[in-house]
Amino acid sequence: MKLIIAYIQPHKLEDVKNALAKEEVAKMSVTNSLGCGAQKGYHESYRGVTFDVNLLKKVRLEIAVNEDFVERTINAIIKAARTGTIGDGKIFVMELADCIRIRTGERGSKAIG
Amino acid sequence: MNRLLFRLSFVVMIFMLCGIGFADEALTLEGIKEELQTNLNIVWTCIAAFLVFFMQAGFAMVETGFTRAKNSVNILMKNLMDFSVGSLAFFLVGFGLMFGVSNGLFGTSMFGLSGTEPGGDWNWTFLIFQTVFAATAATIVSGAMAERTKFISYLIYSAAITLLIYPIFGSWAWGNLLLTDNNSWLANLGFHDFAGSTVVHSVGGWLALAGAIMLGPRLGKFGPDKKPRAILGHNLPLAALGVFILWFGWFGFNPGSTTVGDGSIGYIAVTTNLAAAAGAVMALITSWTLLKKPDISMALNGALAGLVAITAPCDGVSPIGAIIIGLIAGILVVLSVLFFDHIVKVDDPVGAVSVHGVNGLWGTLSYGLFAMDGGLFYGGGFRQLGVQLLGAATAFVWAFGLGIVLFGILSKTVGLRVSPEEELKGLDIGEHGMEAYSGFQIFSTT
Repeated sequence: MKLIIAYIQPHKLEDVKNALAKEEVAKMSVTNSLGCGAQKGYHESYRGVTFDVNLLKKVRLEIAVNEDFVERTINAIIKAARTGTIGDGKIFVMELADCIRIRTGERGSKAIG
Repeated sequence: MNRLLFRLSFVVMIFMLCGIGFADEALTLEGIKEELQTNLNIVWTCIAAFLVFFMQAGFAMVETGFTRAKNSVNILMKNLMDFSVGSLAFFLVGFGLMFGVSNGLFGTSMFGLSGTEPGGDWNWTFLIFQTVFAATAATIVSGAMAERTKFISYLIYSAAITLLIYPIFGSWAWGNLLLTDNNSWLANLGFHDFAGSTVVHSVGGWLALAGAIMLGPRLGKFGPDKKPRAILGHNLPLAALGVFILWFGWFGFNPGSTTVGDGSIGYIAVTTNLAAAAGAVMALITSWTLLKKPDISMALNGALAGLVAITAPCDGVSPIGAIIIGLIAGILVVLSVLFFDHIVKVDDPVGAVSVHGVNGLWGTLSYGLFAMDGGLFYGGGFRQLGVQLLGAATAFVWAFGLGIVLFGILSKTVGLRVSPEEELKGLDIGEHGMEAYSGFQIFSTT
């Protein structure tokens, strides 16, 4: 079992969700996040005073998958979120020790699917 | 008798204060009555103008509420500037084109109200009243072009509508309101647009349609299958506040257009209110039936649709007529929003074309049907209806045609639309380098 965490551009969320749905990955958590990476921020100004904004709005997806879904999930996210410009985001993959479905008490792979 | 005594004592008091002799002819009872009425007209017309001015706040709130948080600063800026640029342009040029001595097509005098002495002249009251009307026409367009228009292009458009587009059409329908000898061809034919269903709302609405067509839809409005997608407004409480403000302002818009302080104010307020209420109720019923849920955004649009529709006929229809006009407006606005979304595929974020264009047309025609004097349903035959149709059609050709030309020129020169990157990030940051809700984490994933 793996936990896939992806940071993407907010406006790519719809596309990524659609791409994941095509790969039969329907379960995910989505949160808003702020982040900075290689992408430069932008300038804002307020009443004549300018300042830099370099924490940019991103969307964070968390998807727990069984081994056979790992590559499909990663590829779907890349395909939908990539524009080729700086700021497209990152994907982290990590081992998942366990997974428990609260309603039934199921554990492990069964609880993920 | 008491009133007469009161008046006489009032007269005597004024004489004593002013030290003017009795011989002055203006100080007869008739003279006093006339002066009181003149001042009453001025006071009422000014109050009405201030109410109509407040409609700018209504438009700003409706448009902000119905669009996304990331474009709020831009919408507010557009609403502030179309009034400000419009006020200057209308004072300097527009008013003269609309109400100056007419050459048959447009006015040629009174630019900057030249020829009128600073002071208590009626012309000044008339100018402020007409200025807020011109600015209302201008601000209608902002909502339909929301979330994707370059700010500089919008500024140029704001000047163009109040400089030329609105006043020249206005001179055809209303050009003889100030100088009654003026030759206004639509007015001479008997075209009846009491407070501006066509002159203000349709002109604004058809320009809005031209703008929305020339811009194209917002990114993500139509899916790959061409089906419309909902782009949710970010603050419906603000939108509702805006509609209530507009409704309130309309009590200046319609009853104020008498420019006379008498009982007609109350009557027109009644017809105006009935149509607005009927519009809201019928939009509710229509959206509940068609869309399965009572949709607040449609009901709010419905109230506005009723108000726009009753604007032309508000002085000449019965209360029942006003209700029927409002009910039909409520149906029309919902069908029109669905029509532009699903069939024509024009992206109008706030429904400005449906509210102001379509219902301005309906309101204008409705006078030909429901006018107690000369309406088709009152045995007046088709003549009035024909004239109403001619006026409304002229407004469409004029406003929509010039709109396409104007926005076409703008897109070839300064550019009409922002870049896709800027649109995604939001116009607040792209155009103004500023956020409306700093300190709040507002995200938009569309």
